[in-house]
Amino acid sequence: MQDGGRYGFQKDGIIVSGAMDRLSLRMGNLLVGNQENQASIEVIQVGPTILFQENCVLAITGANLSPAINSQPVPMWRPVSVEKNSILSFGKSIQGCIAYISVAGGLAIPTVLGSYSTYLRAKLGGWHGRALQKNDCIPFNQTNGFLLKRTKTVKMAEGFSYPGWSLEPSFYHLYQSNPVIRVMPGPEYAWFTQESKNTFWQNPFRITYSSDRMGYRLEGQPLILKHKRELLSTAVTFGTIQVPPKGNPILLMADHQTTGGYPRIAQVASVDLPLIAQASPGVCLYFQEISLKMAQHLYFLQERKVKAIKNTLNRYYLKDLLQ
Amino acid sequence: MSAKHSELPTYTLFALSEQAIVIEFGQAINDEIHNCIMAFAATLQQQPFQGFVEYIPAFTTLTVYYDPWIVSDGGNKDASELVKEYIDQLSSTVQVSSKLNPRKLTIPVCYGGAYGPDIQFVADQAGLSLQAVIDIHASTDYKVYMIGFAPGFPYLGGMDSRIASPRKNIPRPVIPAGSVGIAGTQTGIYPIETPGGWQLIGRTPLALFNPEKEPYSYLQAGDSIRFIPILEKEFLALKKGTSVE
Repeated sequence: MQDGGRYGFQKDGIIVSGAMDRLSLRMGNLLVGNQENQASIEVIQVGPTILFQENCVLAITGANLSPAINSQPVPMWRPVSVEKNSILSFGKSIQGCIAYISVAGGLAIPTVLGSYSTYLRAKLGGWHGRALQKNDCIPFNQTNGFLLKRTKTVKMAEGFSYPGWSLEPSFYHLYQSNPVIRVMPGPEYAWFTQESKNTFWQNPFRITYSSDRMGYRLEGQPLILKHKRELLSTAVTFGTIQVPPKGNPILLMADHQTTGGYPRIAQVASVDLPLIAQASPGVCLYFQEISLKMAQHLYFLQERKVKAIKNTLNRYYLKDLLQ
Repeated sequence: MSAKHSELPTYTLFALSEQAIVIEFGQAINDEIHNCIMAFAATLQQQPFQGFVEYIPAFTTLTVYYDPWIVSDGGNKDASELVKEYIDQLSSTVQVSSKLNPRKLTIPVCYGGAYGPDIQFVADQAGLSLQAVIDIHASTDYKVYMIGFAPGFPYLGGMDSRIASPRKNIPRPVIPAGSVGIAGTQTGIYPIETPGGWQLIGRTPLALFNPEKEPYSYLQAGDSIRFIPILEKEFLALKKGTSVE
């Protein structure tokens, strides 16, 4: 279970955590009328099988892991009204690797330090501080019936129904086979040899299998410092690309440590973090340089789109409420 | 007696990302820089700006996180520049005291045996007896420069270099919570069970991290601590006490 992240405690060494693909998390929640940073179930590559003991409305966003309800394919990126005793299951991974299941009303679990996010290493947050297991029974908050009524009316399938609309597909193009990731040169970029800098911009870096929520270990031509130099431990963040002495970079992800001591060659633009989250081990990343101003500009463009979607959905659900 | 105040020394500002600005005070670990960082953090805490999220103090840096959407008034301004301007403005009001009054805390430690399986290695490295290693480790005041790596994990300054030891070649997959270790010229305490490569010399029964009670991290940047050797039976009694609480 992950939400928008646990902020305010990094000075105590408590990591931010939160969804790997924040955009898919936010969209999932908005689609079912929740606050955008509510907790959702984060599914990495292999999906669970879930029996619904109550009626609910959910949205599946992020990776396409062939979701099905009662063995019939269920569309993503839109609200789906699910009847009691239905079974949600997942199959082959078609695109991407991380999906989100967002439930209208949100999961009924307590927050720890202001967040629902699971922090496995410290055994806190989420569902008793651990990953979900077989036979866990997760309560969710009951929503008003209006949401259910509205979504029920459009298309019917056995045990579930959904409206004819979904999010505009161009907005959730989160997958590319060998994505080009836009990054800003990092604070220690100048420490690297000219050859290594060229390598960084021109050659691919493959995501290795020893990658997890904390960071993606990349493999490529080694990146070398001009002189051996030690960095005093300092803050690192989601998307920081740090380079340990052997020269293979580590791209820090949602469960990154609060501080690190390896030279930081680059920082990924926030808007491209979902692309990386959805890239599986084996995928090659290419890096393209952009300025801080451009990264900020792209971030604002994305936020404007999110706000527009939020307003549209609010009107949609509000209209229903008034009927 | 009034403490001496001085102006902030020069610093540089740079962006870590579109959501964080780093204030960097030089490149050396020392008390002067540490005091500046603590003073700046305190001022920021008292006078946060619209969109401020949190800060992380480190050895020579204070990193300030913010929400660019709020700072830029809905994407209409250069958030990064605005935060830099705010930091510059704030810097003129920061009062750095040369004489800080740190919290002084003691950490009881049961040295050696099963609690500190590497103490013999450290003693052999130093050419000292086990008792001498304990005496040296427990006779110094240590400063908490920063908390990082894991919840509540303190980076301490001030260890006697006579007991410096290299890290283990192969990190242990599991280090019990409370373990006190040495790596190079640093010493530290593992607040939660994690993998790690430090040489373990003892263990404290204190809970350094408690997500249910403020302060969540028992130690804070700026604290001054001292290790107090205890016997195993004291360790067990204290452990029982802390877990019953």
